[in-house]
Amino acid sequence: MDLLKLTITEARRALDAKEYSALELTNAYLDAIREKNPEIHAYLEVWEDSAREEAKRADERIARGESASLTGIPLAIKDNMLIEGRTASGASKMLENYVASYDATVITKLRAQNAVFLGRTNMDEFAMGSSTENSAYGVTKNPHDISRVPGGSSGGSAAAVAAGMALAALGSDTGGSIRQPASHCGLVGLKPTYGTVSRFGLMSMGSSLDQIGPLTKTIEDARIVFDAISGHDQNDSTSVPDGFYTSRAIRKIIGVPRAFINQGVDPDVLMLFDAALERFKTAGYEIRDIDLPNLPYALPVYYIVCPAEVSTNLARYDGIRYGLSIPADTIGEVYTKTRGAGFGPEVRRRILIGTFVLSSGYSDAYYRKARAMRDVIRAEFDAAFAEVDVVAFPTAPGPAFKIGEKAADPLAMYLEDIFSVTANLIGVTGMSIPAGTVEREGKTLPVGFQLHAPHGGEKTLFAIGSDVEKAL
Amino acid sequence: MISKGDIQNLAKLSRLEVSNEELAKLEQELPSILDFVETIQKAEVGKETKSPELRNVMRADENPHESGKYTEALLKAAPAREGNRIAVKQVISRQK
Repeated sequence: MDLLKLTITEARRALDAKEYSALELTNAYLDAIREKNPEIHAYLEVWEDSAREEAKRADERIARGESASLTGIPLAIKDNMLIEGRTASGASKMLENYVASYDATVITKLRAQNAVFLGRTNMDEFAMGSSTENSAYGVTKNPHDISRVPGGSSGGSAAAVAAGMALAALGSDTGGSIRQPASHCGLVGLKPTYGTVSRFGLMSMGSSLDQIGPLTKTIEDARIVFDAISGHDQNDSTSVPDGFYTSRAIRKIIGVPRAFINQGVDPDVLMLFDAALERFKTAGYEIRDIDLPNLPYALPVYYIVCPAEVSTNLARYDGIRYGLSIPADTIGEVYTKTRGAGFGPEVRRRILIGTFVLSSGYSDAYYRKARAMRDVIRAEFDAAFAEVDVVAFPTAPGPAFKIGEKAADPLAMYLEDIFSVTANLIGVTGMSIPAGTVEREGKTLPVGFQLHAPHGGEKTLFAIGSDVEKAL
Repeated sequence: MISKGDIQNLAKLSRLEVSNEELAKLEQELPSILDFVETIQKAEVGKETKSPELRNVMRADENPHESGKYTEALLKAAPAREGNRIAVKQVISRQK
């Protein structure tokens, strides 16, 4: 088996046909991890023993002829999802020794299918960043060029799949953290509709923005993982009841906010985006230029709403109930010293910005205005979706950048998210699909493009995406 | 605009120890981030905005789990404990 090319679909066929066992498949991945992870640093921890045990149980189920779609499929899990009895650090010093006391709902669902968990993957601390450089445990390298970042924040998950160290992975996406690393690593990355995948057991960053989703090699694989992890969960009050969104008939019309896209995108990345649109035309789609006048405000709105939610959510890390605790004379000093020692620079920036935009005297001008703008942007997209099936964007303005290139400039890093934050702000689903490759300094680097579909429009994304995926 | 004193206040409000060295860096970084997000002040917002999918999610407070079922699992994660309690520094101090 060629792990760099293997898909869930093909592994499922081979496992059910007894061409190899789940244990053999898992061992092949563990071997690949032992060989490649020291250089790529996609995994923070590998669970060899439990992975083999899980694979054996999967083999028993396959032998009974009762396999589910992910039975025996080796997966990587981003380090911000809880697995009972396992360390879950959020790539932060704050939770370096934190052991999860329960399973996240996505883990419960994957266990029910007897999937195999290979290990936990590196990320930007508490999912804040676009490169994994904000991890407290070192940067992950892009398998296509190890001098470059894999994207982020789910960079470890993306690098693991791209390097053949996992068949698929779970990531989380608050402003592009699944789609942008998928683009930089040549994968399919799906950010589901807000509320379709339970956030129970996911470390909260921006609670109105966060969603868990898959990173895979193909759209069909993304669909398989999405089907396995989605569904209503009473443990997440923002979970959407099954059947809440109605599906729409596909009219074969792609909307393109051309005026917005043409600024600040690398020319060869724009060419690949246009080439993807050409393939849609060949497949019988109409490409329609659409006007979303407030779209340029999406990124600043995001960088108000997200830090505001970060500053409130991360108040829970106080050295009292779990995680790092620095002893001090007073309880106030326990808080400030623990938080001072436990959080890295980007997390601190966002806590301070969030505290500022929520503070008395400023919250009307910043936070409340941003919330109102969120509704304005959503209304514009609702109007657009009345006439188009999906809206197309590049996933990111360029290919993977050099390690260190944007690390000293927070704003330059934020601009990586310019095309992806909108899906989170308005809660719709977005998917990055490989669009081809560009050359940088003699290296061939993958680039993605993305489609946004209306709420509950995952089926639309899978169907429309598949029409061009074959041509790529 | 945001000053050094403002940043110190924000750090205090956020219960975050910030060194002088970091403070100097934040004095450069935070204003440039705020300059960027402030661009939304130019945007116009109508009165008709709404969040259509927002609704209350409630359940009856019934069928509680058996008392103590999760106590040990949760206490195990605490940095300091006394018996079945999490131990913290004194919160209210006596008048001196």
